[in-house]
Amino acid sequence: MDKIRVLVAKPGLDGHDRGAKVVARALRDAGFEVIYTGLRQTPEQIAQAAADEDVNVVAMSILSGAHPHLFPKVVNLVREKGMKDTLIIGGGVIPEGDIPALKQAGIAEVFTPGTPTTAIVDFIKANVK
Amino acid sequence: MENIADEVLKGNRLALAKAITAIENERENATEIMQQLYPHTGNAYVLGITGPPGAGKSTLTDKLAKEFRSRGKTVGIIAIDPTSPFSGGAILGDRIRMNDLAMDEGVFIRSMGTRGSLGGLSHKTADAVKVMDAFGVDVIFVETVGVGQSEVDIVKAADTTMVVLIPGMGDDIQAIKAGILEIGDIFTINKADHDGADKLQTELNMMLDLDGVMKDWRPPILKAVANQNIGITEVVDTFHKHREHIEANGQLTVRRTERAKNEMLDLLDAKIGQYVRHKLVDSGKIDKFVEDIKARKTDPYTVVNGVMESMLK
Ligand code: B12
Ligand SMILES: Nc1nc2c(ncn2[C@@H]2O[C@H](COP(=O)(O)OP(=O)(O)OP(=O)(O)O)[C@@H](O)[C@H]2O)c(=O)[nH]1
Ligand SMILES: [Mg+2]
Repeated sequence: MDKIRVLVAKPGLDGHDRGAKVVARALRDAGFEVIYTGLRQTPEQIAQAAADEDVNVVAMSILSGAHPHLFPKVVNLVREKGMKDTLIIGGGVIPEGDIPALKQAGIAEVFTPGTPTTAIVDFIKANVK
Repeated sequence: MENIADEVLKGNRLALAKAITAIENERENATEIMQQLYPHTGNAYVLGITGPPGAGKSTLTDKLAKEFRSRGKTVGIIAIDPTSPFSGGAILGDRIRMNDLAMDEGVFIRSMGTRGSLGGLSHKTADAVKVMDAFGVDVIFVETVGVGQSEVDIVKAADTTMVVLIPGMGDDIQAIKAGILEIGDIFTINKADHDGADKLQTELNMMLDLDGVMKDWRPPILKAVANQNIGITEVVDTFHKHREHIEANGQLTVRRTERAKNEMLDLLDAKIGQYVRHKLVDSGKIDKFVEDIKARKTDPYTVVNGVMESMLK
């Protein structure tokens, strides 16, 4: 079995990185290789890193409210790079009402505050290609 | 993707990424990819960047790569971080220091976990270097994990090795003497904005002079402040000087010949190991041997000799 590689990314100017770090550590402890690129990434940087690192999963964290714009943008750019199978998920402070549109845009699942990290690990294991 | 190796040779960036994945995971097509790419390797120059954790290896690599880019060279970077021996997982964080570099089309960065290798690299680093080489980058940086004193595999993979040290390591310098001090072609004291850089430089100079043996290349000791882009052009100039030096005196050829030999032997070791495992362990034959050894009917030495003989027939 190939090792699962995950890019944990923080798009935009949002400086809340606790959640992203908690998720990164949980994924490492689940045996994944986690590429963490730090704060303030443009969608273009995220897509390029996802392709060059050939990750199975792109996992984005936003708590600032910029998700309706940034999440779909990253999905499009990642697909444009030829990464057709990459699982793209998101998390952070995201109102329930926004979730259907994000899923419509290609975000496979959205994880909001209070989610146990095991749920994230299980979702990735069940859905990664 | 039809044929990954063909696509790599055509300069397809995604194919380069996919090829490294295939190799890292020892997929079925990995050997075939390497066989196809091998004739196209040997053109890139490989720079090893090693040193203790947090010394600024990634920050330096970022700045050095930019300097090479400004001199018209394309760059590949392989950045290695440790894999947890318990979970098998890893957090690969070297890219944090290289974010704007990653948007340059002439730069390709790949993070790798050590995946059980103990020498500061991963078992597949050398092959990843070759894939980038065949893809056509001019210079390849290999950043090791943060090392102590014994993780010195980088010398086997790099043409020129730079050891990054920082002031304030105190008596540690004595401790690392045995290990990574012996592998540096170039030393860079990074974080020279901190106290003690001059003292460290003096100590290092003394140590290298005490080394006794007259070498025709005395490793220079440079100073840099990587996060302020200070001292970077000097380091790149020194890389060039070292390269010219070992090209002129034949040492580069010696290093690369040694590398080819070691790589072949490592591959052979691995294959023989796999074969033995397959024939002996997976088939269950080993259980009978172990039983007999335990009962003192035979001994491990006799058994191994027997296995070797039947294998090499
Ligand atoms: C701690 C905190 C801060 C800290 C951040 C420290 C840090 N380095 O992260 C500080 C004090 C710096 C801060 C500052 C600000 N904050 Co603040 N902050 C919070 C707070 C209280 C908790 C966030 C947190 O760390 N939670 C703990 C982590 C572990 O949880 P989490 O991030 O939610 O992650 C979990 C899930 O969401 C999910 N998840 C998260 N990301 C991802 C990613 C993936 C891929 C997956 C699968 C899952 C996942 O899994 C995690 C585990 O369950 C929240 C309120 C709240 N209750 O969320 C406000 C909050 C996020 N902050 C807010 C604001 C407005 C700000 C400021 C703008 C305030 C100001 N006016 O200055 C600044 C902006 C900072 C910046 N530069 O961006 C607002 C955002 C409003 C909005 N979205 O519309 C919030 C919601 C508070 C509020 N109710 O108004 N903040
Ligand atoms: N003061 C100072 N800080 C520096 C300098 N160079 C790098 N740093 C900082 O040192 C920290 C570690 O830098 P990295 O480049 O990540 O170090 P590293 O050797 O790659 O670390 P590992 O890969 O984790 O072993 C970062 O916070 C850098 O910003 C420098 O010259 N002076
Ligand atoms: Mg580093």
